[in-house]
Amino acid sequence: MTYLRKLIAIWVAKAAIIAGKLMGKKSSSAPGSFALKIYPSILKDLSSQIKKEIIVVCGTNGKTTTNNMLCNLLTTNGYNVVCNHVGANMLEGVTTAFINSTGLFGNLKADYACIEVDEASTIKIFDHLTPSKIIITNLFRDQLDRYGEIDITIKLLEKALKKAPNAQLILNGDDPLTARFGWNSSHQCYYYGIDQNLNTEPSETKEGRFCTFCGEQLQYNYYHYSQLGDFFCPSCGFKRPELTFKAFHVNLQGGLQFDIEYNHSTIPLKVPYKGFYNIYNILASFSAAALIGTDFNSMNTAFERYKPQIGRMESFYLGKPVILNLSKNPAGFNQAISTVLQDRRNKDVMIVINDNAQDGRDISWIWDTDFERLAHPSIQSFVVSGIRKDDVAVRLKYAQIPLEHVTTYDNIKDAVIELVKHSGEVCYILVNYTALFNTQNILKKLEKSMKRRGTNDKV
Amino acid sequence: MTKYSLTIGHLYPDLLNLYGDRGNIIALQRRCIWRGIDVQIKEFKLNDDIDFSSLDIVFLGGGSDREQLLVCNRLKEIKDDINAYVDNNGVVIAICGGYQLLGHYYKLKNETIEGLSILDIYTESGDKRLIGNIVIESTQLRDQKKNPLTIVGFENHSGLTYINNHTPLGTVKYGYGNNGKDGSEGVLYKNVIGTYLHGPLLPKNPVLTDYILTKALQKAYPDSFEGLEPLDDSVENKAHEYMVKRLL
Repeated sequence: MTYLRKLIAIWVAKAAIIAGKLMGKKSSSAPGSFALKIYPSILKDLSSQIKKEIIVVCGTNGKTTTNNMLCNLLTTNGYNVVCNHVGANMLEGVTTAFINSTGLFGNLKADYACIEVDEASTIKIFDHLTPSKIIITNLFRDQLDRYGEIDITIKLLEKALKKAPNAQLILNGDDPLTARFGWNSSHQCYYYGIDQNLNTEPSETKEGRFCTFCGEQLQYNYYHYSQLGDFFCPSCGFKRPELTFKAFHVNLQGGLQFDIEYNHSTIPLKVPYKGFYNIYNILASFSAAALIGTDFNSMNTAFERYKPQIGRMESFYLGKPVILNLSKNPAGFNQAISTVLQDRRNKDVMIVINDNAQDGRDISWIWDTDFERLAHPSIQSFVVSGIRKDDVAVRLKYAQIPLEHVTTYDNIKDAVIELVKHSGEVCYILVNYTALFNTQNILKKLEKSMKRRGTNDKV
Repeated sequence: MTKYSLTIGHLYPDLLNLYGDRGNIIALQRRCIWRGIDVQIKEFKLNDDIDFSSLDIVFLGGGSDREQLLVCNRLKEIKDDINAYVDNNGVVIAICGGYQLLGHYYKLKNETIEGLSILDIYTESGDKRLIGNIVIESTQLRDQKKNPLTIVGFENHSGLTYINNHTPLGTVKYGYGNNGKDGSEGVLYKNVIGTYLHGPLLPKNPVLTDYILTKALQKAYPDSFEGLEPLDDSVENKAHEYMVKRLL
């Protein structure tokens, strides 16, 4: 009877996955949700069939990228891996990912599962699966109306970690809010970080500037961004832990180039994609793969060939390069601004901000973001769209950007067409979550129609 | 013409910096600079001495409960100074947690945070968080067309505040306000504005921002201040109007 329920759950979910695909939906929690209703133990059952390990990735930013990179490293080494690639990271979405990899008779032939989990869902999901490794990438201010203040997220994760007492923790050692999970912890912990002073100026709104243990203001030998860096508490001794995986010799021109030191070996890495924060994503996935025992040489190629997920500094060509990036909270947006400014070409910038439920209804975070840095001579104009375009226009005005450089559009497609007409050599489009798929679709279609008409045409 | 200058005291931005509240400081600062008014922002850390007589505007933002408790303990030590500043018509803007601290107390489930009793109000923690966009209509202020001023923002609080006989900042047109029951939002008392509105409050409510600047300048220059030079607020008004139309 249980077996029959399980099969029906799988079939219904699989049918829903196919139906979703036919309707052009990219990520879906619906199939998993049907399956859980029919057979509540479905995820427990399927996850117990994983032959080797379940690795969970959580943290505010970089979950999807880290998780996909890790999945890539493992598949390159010939393993079968269950992975929620597109980032459906609550219980239902995770269930969908497992069912997607399961055969019609309920057999799952997978060596590893790489699963990104929404911080607020960890407690619930750990009732259904037990990870042997947990990566925490970072904790930043994000969607305060949904998650509440960052202290609440920390408490949730602490509870969740208690449910997986045997898991190894792989933690961002540069982030005091993340490293804290390993301080005095009974878990086996490994830390990664960037072990080099890159002379970055601290940005204005930092989370976690006070020691989470004693409340004293943290000091830094150097910063990377937000609250990440070589920190220490002058009062209680909490500090950046000894790093097991260290990045150094960082070069940000072009793509990314740096060395990783681990266990007395130095591994040089060079990848074609941008974004300082991607060093952390690479470090996190490298750490997990190295602890599993993956061969270093294969990792280098896998990182180089890694194709960033939708809207992670994704490149298009519309008569000139157009780069799309998901920027959905102050830390992510500030990093995107840094990446835009590291590109020394003249450019035009488009910003799309929505306030749908998945974005967070409260967009006050745009005021915690350093828009002031966008008043830069290399940025020639701004095009603004999305549900809250008028708020973005106000933010730009108060960041001292001349109004004649800002135009707003109701329609994203009109905005893109206008953007590429401007005179910059490259365009950057920064969007938040619910604007992402729509904007990406528009860019894909425009790119396709241009190719059809010959590359010399304008959009 | 007199060259005006204002000093804004930002209390404890290290601790009270939730929900884009620094946007309020940016709004006050820019609207001074655009008019040629000298403006200085003084940020105070928890243990800094504050000379209130040197300040024209005092800003208190919101923080988490833990941070609010730290601030509250400190504020009690300088209670007399703040009281004297308010009695002397000093301008105070207090948002969310900062607003609650101006009252008698904030009663949480397990403890009570004692406030400054500058306002005759009190706060009790509610069962659910009151979260969402909000529009209020001011009881006292008028917009450019002499209609009652609408103020838009975003609220996110679990404390329910009761304001006794105080004049509210406005009446709730959409959203929850002080307690979700009596239709009041915030308090306007002397030159003190207490409110739950983040958003941040000031950038999209330029009339309110200018009201605050006017009060501060009137006090600093009682004999020579002749009123603020008008600015082009079309961008701010568009964002303001969008939210009013969407909600009402």
